[in-house]
Order: sequence, then C-alpha cells, then structure tokens
Amino acid sequence: MGSLAASMDLAGMRRKALLVGGIALAASAPGLMADPEQFFRSYLVAYLYWAAIPTGCLALLMLHHLVGGEWGIVIRRMLEAGTRTFLLVLLLLAPVLLNLPRLYIWARPDVVAHDKLLQHKAAYLNTGFFLGRTAFYFAAWMLLAFLLNKYSTAQERDKTNGWKGKLQTVSGIGILVYGLTVSFASVDWVMSLDPHWFSTIYGVMFMVGGALTTLSFVVIMLSRLAQAQPMAALLKPSHFHDLGNLMFAFVMLWAYVAFSQFLIIWSGNLPEEIPFYLHRFHGSWGVIAVALLLFHFALPFILLLLRVIKKKAQVLARVAMLMMFMRLVDLIWMVTPSFHGERISLHWLDLTLPVGVGGIWVAYFLSQLSNRPIEPVEAHLIEAPHAAVEGGH
Amino acid sequence: MSDFHAAHGRLYGLMAEFDNRYDLIEAAKRSHAAGYRKMDAYSPMPIHGLEEALGFHEWRMPMLVLLGGIFGCVGGFSLMYWMAVHAYPMNIGGRPNYSWPAFIPPAFETTILCAAFAAVFGMLALNGLPRPHHPVFSVPGFALATRDKFFLCIESADPLFQVEATRKFLESLHAKEVNEVER
Repeated sequence: MGSLAASMDLAGMRRKALLVGGIALAASAPGLMADPEQFFRSYLVAYLYWAAIPTGCLALLMLHHLVGGEWGIVIRRMLEAGTRTFLLVLLLLAPVLLNLPRLYIWARPDVVAHDKLLQHKAAYLNTGFFLGRTAFYFAAWMLLAFLLNKYSTAQERDKTNGWKGKLQTVSGIGILVYGLTVSFASVDWVMSLDPHWFSTIYGVMFMVGGALTTLSFVVIMLSRLAQAQPMAALLKPSHFHDLGNLMFAFVMLWAYVAFSQFLIIWSGNLPEEIPFYLHRFHGSWGVIAVALLLFHFALPFILLLLRVIKKKAQVLARVAMLMMFMRLVDLIWMVTPSFHGERISLHWLDLTLPVGVGGIWVAYFLSQLSNRPIEPVEAHLIEAPHAAVEGGH
Repeated sequence: MSDFHAAHGRLYGLMAEFDNRYDLIEAAKRSHAAGYRKMDAYSPMPIHGLEEALGFHEWRMPMLVLLGGIFGCVGGFSLMYWMAVHAYPMNIGGRPNYSWPAFIPPAFETTILCAAFAAVFGMLALNGLPRPHHPVFSVPGFALATRDKFFLCIESADPLFQVEATRKFLESLHAKEVNEVER
C-alpha cells in the first residue's frame, strides 16, 4: 500500500452515501405512485435489512463489554456509532407503521371477520398492541444505547476502571433485553406477515443473521479505516483474523439455525407449518434456496476457513461484501414469498429501496462516527506486535 | 571435528533460559534470522507471536483435521444412505427411503467426531507421543518451564550448530543461563 492519508475522509464518504441513497429513493418514488402495495413490501425488506445493523451493533457491543478482546476494542467506536442511530431507525419505520393494513392481513378488519384463527390471535395481533410493543422495543434499545455511550464517554474522560464495571452491568442485563426484544420484534414485524404460520426459532434466525450483517458491515468499514491514521498504526492482521473467525462462526450458526427450522418442519410435515417451505423450495424460489446454500453457506465457509483470507483486510472485506449481499437475498427469500407464494417475483423496487434506505442510514452512521474520535477508547490495551522486542534493536 | 562429534554424539542441543516472554520471542527471532531452524521454545503459557518468531509452519495438523472432517461427513452420509436405502429400508411417514434432510444431523455428528479424533490422535502421532522421556528434562531447572521460566533450545541436529559458537550466540541474547542438553 502506498502512502497513508493523514485522516479518513469520512465527510466525503457520507456525502457519497447520501447522494446514492437520495438518488435511489427518488428513483423509487414513481413506484409508490404506480404500485403502493409493492412499494411497502419492498420497503419492509429494505428496512429490516438495515435495521438489523444497529441492533446487531448493540448486541456485539454488549458482548464485547462482557467478554473483552482486541477484536472488540478496534471496532467499538463503530458499534457505538451504530447504536446512536436508533432515532433514524425509528423514523424509517414510520412508513411501515402508517401502512399496517397494506402489509399485515391481521390489521384488516374485513379479513379478520372471516378468519377464525386471526380472531383467536387478535388479542396479540392488533394495531394498538403492535404499536405499543414496537414503542417498547425502541425505548429499550435507545435506553441501552444511551447508557452504553454515556458510560463509554465517561470511561474515556476519566481513564479509570470504575466505568468498566458499569458498562458490564448494563451489558449483562442488556443482552437479555436484546434477546427478548429482537425475538419479539422479528415475530411482530416479519412472522406476522403470515399469521397462520409460526416457528419458535424465528427470533434466533434474525439475531444470527443480524449479527452476520453487522460483522460484515463492520469489517468493510474497518478495512476502509485501516487505510488511514490512527487505525493504520493500531490494526494488526490478527484483528481481521479474529473478526473473520467471528464471521465464520456466524455463517455456521446461520446454517445450523436455518437447517434446524427446516428439519423440524420437514419432519413434522404438518399442514399449518409446511407451506412455508413449499412456497420457498418449489417453484422458482427454489433457485434462490440453492443459491443461499451455495453462497450464504458453502462458499463463505470454505473462504473463511483459510487463514490467508482472514488476515488480509482488503480480501476479508471482499468476503464481507459477498455476505452483505447474500444477507439481502436471504431476507428477500424469507419475507417476499409470504406475499406472492411460489412464483419468484422480484420487483425493481426490491433493489432500489435497499440502496435508498441504506444510503440514508450509512450517511447518518458516518456522521455519528465522525462525532467522536476514531482512536479506540481503550487503545492502550492493544498489544503492539512484540512492542518490548522492538526496543531491543 | 571434535565439535562435530560432540554435537552428534553426546549432545541433544543447547538450552537457553530467559526470564520473560519478550526475551524469548526476541531470542527466537534472532536465532531464526541467524539461520537456525532446528529449535524449539518452552514456556509456561501459550505466547502470541512465538510461532512466527520461530519460523514454525504447521500445516499437517489443520490438514489432518480437515481430512478427518471430510471423511466423517462423507462416511456418515454414506452410512445413512446405505442403511436407509439398501440394508434396512423402512416406510417412515410415507417418505421416500432416500430422505436426505434426515441424513444431515448424523453426517454432521460424524464430521465432528472424525475431525476431533483426527485432531487428538494426529497431535499425539505428530508429537511422537506417548514418550516417557525427552532429553530436555535433563536440564537443571527445566521444570520451571511449567511455572515462570522461558526456554529456547537449539538442537545439535541443526546444520549450523557448533557448541562454542552457538553457546556464545545464545549468551548474546540476554539468556540468564545456557545449559548443554545431554542425550
């Protein structure tokens, strides 16, 4: 690599993200006029895809506070910046919340009137309770994000160890809260699209998938930051090795969880459960299912097995880009057949809206990231490669 | 000439003792830079970067474990296939005999089992274990390698090994003590 830039041009990246996002959203606008049904379906997928990153940041941040490790120190600023975007994430949910009947059949009184099962589920699946639960999830996530960022700033200012304990306490409780809220949110926002169907492992699939999206995003960002000071001097191949190993673990966990759900439903072969897979394996969605097996599991599994790939920032970033793309494919495969059944029906909005929502979110994330120093909070804990040895020469 | 005989007869190598891991890593690095290859380090705990400093490239173990895993995966799946389709076909819930989703969990388990066996027994075989005695145990104070001392042993089998020169070299690396390791 040639000469290193003195500092990262975060403002330039932000402008680019905003521009791309703005253009994609503007391009999607005619879709809203022409086919509002499709617009909100595509918008929901785009929203779920990007909302997984702030929640994933929250989870990884709390995990890092609890278990430590240099991998977490070097990405902590990014994770914290991610948790400071919940206000925007809530705003981005508004179009969904304002159009519940378009997306969720349990929100249409005329459908519920003819559906015995939905009448039984109405105690849980009704608009008021749905909005209340969503408000609760955001309140919990924002409170956790607020406390974690506040104590982190205090830790940086005071340089004492007292704040570390507080961060750990918040994280210990927070990780339980995270598990419950994200499980319920995935049931509310996604599983209830098909209110006759249910799966108890659904929340875990979203947590694992979200963690994978987040790790991939963070690896891509870190590979950019590695090209300039101060991160260039701090980052070692071992950091990317660790993050690559975490990605590897989550790729396997995703496969494990996704297969578990399939095996149980396939073994049971019950009329109320099996349509989920009939829709997604038969017909043209089956092609996507095979693509997921190959490119969301087999290929990254082999690539991330190799140390050569994990230790090189720019190479690992390529794998992370593949993962981010496959995460979107997985989400489309999970969500879209709930609307359309067996036939594959990709709309151009399924491509422009993720880019649009993503551009806006990434721009806001970058502005949060540049609000604070890039230098890690606990940079002194990063062991220089054989620091004591270098002095001997 | 007498040096040569000493190196290949009586001596296993020369053992340098260090007080901390930094000196050990530094010594390993410099020995590697000086051209020594047949050497090994002993420490009470795993040390990050020591492998690289020794120029130690171990590819046989990961390869063995991978082969074990692949064998377990293919073997487990084939076993299930043979049992369910040829040896003992059974009608389970009206499903076809060849119902691959049901074969995956056993194949997954045998993958892990065989990979773990390859790891444990491969490690023992490549280390030459079990082995009741090793020359390095004859060095006075070597037992401290399990407590708070760090050791680097350059073996006489190394082509560059010469008792006096190698001893001088090791002493120049901040070694607390350099001992001969008798066979």
